[in-house]
Amino acid sequence: MIRFKNYVKAENLEEAFALNQKKSSVIGGGMMWLKVQSRVKMTLVDLSGLGLDGIEEKEDEFSIGAMCTLRQLETHEGLNACFNGVFKECTRSIVGVQFRNGATVGGSVFGRFGFSDIITCLLALDTYVELYKGGLVPLEEFCRMKSNRDILVRIHIKKDGRRAVYASQRMSKTDFPVIACCAAQKAGKFYVSVGARPAKAELVVLEENQDCLKEELAKRASERFTYGTNMRGSGAYRKNLAEIYIKRLLEALEQEER
Amino acid sequence: MEIEFTLNGKMTYEEIADDTTLFHLLRRKGCYSVKCGCETENCGLCTVLVNGKSRLSCSFLAARANGCDVVTLEGVEKEAKLFGSYLAAEGAEQCGFCSPGLIMNVLAMEREEILDDEGIKEYLAGNLCRCSGYMGQLRAIKNYLSRGEKRDEL
Repeated sequence: MIRFKNYVKAENLEEAFALNQKKSSVIGGGMMWLKVQSRVKMTLVDLSGLGLDGIEEKEDEFSIGAMCTLRQLETHEGLNACFNGVFKECTRSIVGVQFRNGATVGGSVFGRFGFSDIITCLLALDTYVELYKGGLVPLEEFCRMKSNRDILVRIHIKKDGRRAVYASQRMSKTDFPVIACCAAQKAGKFYVSVGARPAKAELVVLEENQDCLKEELAKRASERFTYGTNMRGSGAYRKNLAEIYIKRLLEALEQEER
Repeated sequence: MEIEFTLNGKMTYEEIADDTTLFHLLRRKGCYSVKCGCETENCGLCTVLVNGKSRLSCSFLAARANGCDVVTLEGVEKEAKLFGSYLAAEGAEQCGFCSPGLIMNVLAMEREEILDDEGIKEYLAGNLCRCSGYMGQLRAIKNYLSRGEKRDEL
């Protein structure tokens, strides 16, 4: 369990950023993964007093505060209406309601966890990460960046007309995913992200080809990812799963269009 | 640090170490219904209501409870007793170790008006154990949620 000496509820982002420059400080999100780590810190910085716990729907985007919970993503009507329920689908299997009432979007994204359903889903959408010092960074780029001591303030998801579908396979209902896949479609392009490979999610973009069977497209997409082995499954198994799920997702997108 | 919060309807002041979890604080305050079953945030045994929402007290910082309304099973005796009678009626209770967490989450679910089978199962998926079989409990929960209403199926 994590131990720390001082709890500081930041009054503004500048204060939080300044405190976080020390290696002995850590930003507390939902305290889910952070809590189970055996680390000793001097200061835990809490962003929960900064009004970052909401989902704001604007004309061209959704702006989601770092402290917004996974349960809020799951149940937000506007967000799920805009992206055909994909946020309900990608959150519903994460442990339980009590857990999702605690775990935050900021923590899920900043952690860049391999098992993250949230990053897998967000990657297939036009998503940007708002960092206090680093400004707006596309999520794909953020996932490749090394972790630093900046502060994730918000996530922005553009309403660019993308339609998205999500699927994951789990050994049991509320376990980590063995594979997590999200596919979105816009203007002749498919955006396919695969996470829990078990490495963190990555994105491939495919041209929609009317002559090409979904099966063939899925095969091509799945071949562009690398897969690894861990206690939940082998790399070869994951690759098989990815191909099947991508195919199903592409078919679901097609059916929806009709 | 000092915190001030409502515990089961009573204003409570407490001096805590900054990294105390709400779970430890609640045990210290004598709320022994709140238990830590797994230490990995999976079992739901430590579920309490914070500002009306079900939360895992094992991973909730007591410092963050400052100014909040916290309810444990000890604060909902009447509802718990009533729900318990529905569990017993379906033979769905055994040792009772996991039931405080389950009951707190059922009460949270009731507020969100989730009534269909799939919705109930999904809402309670984060409460493990329930050793006497999930079917008996599902029947009890459905009976409890639809109490006072005319039920066609019965």
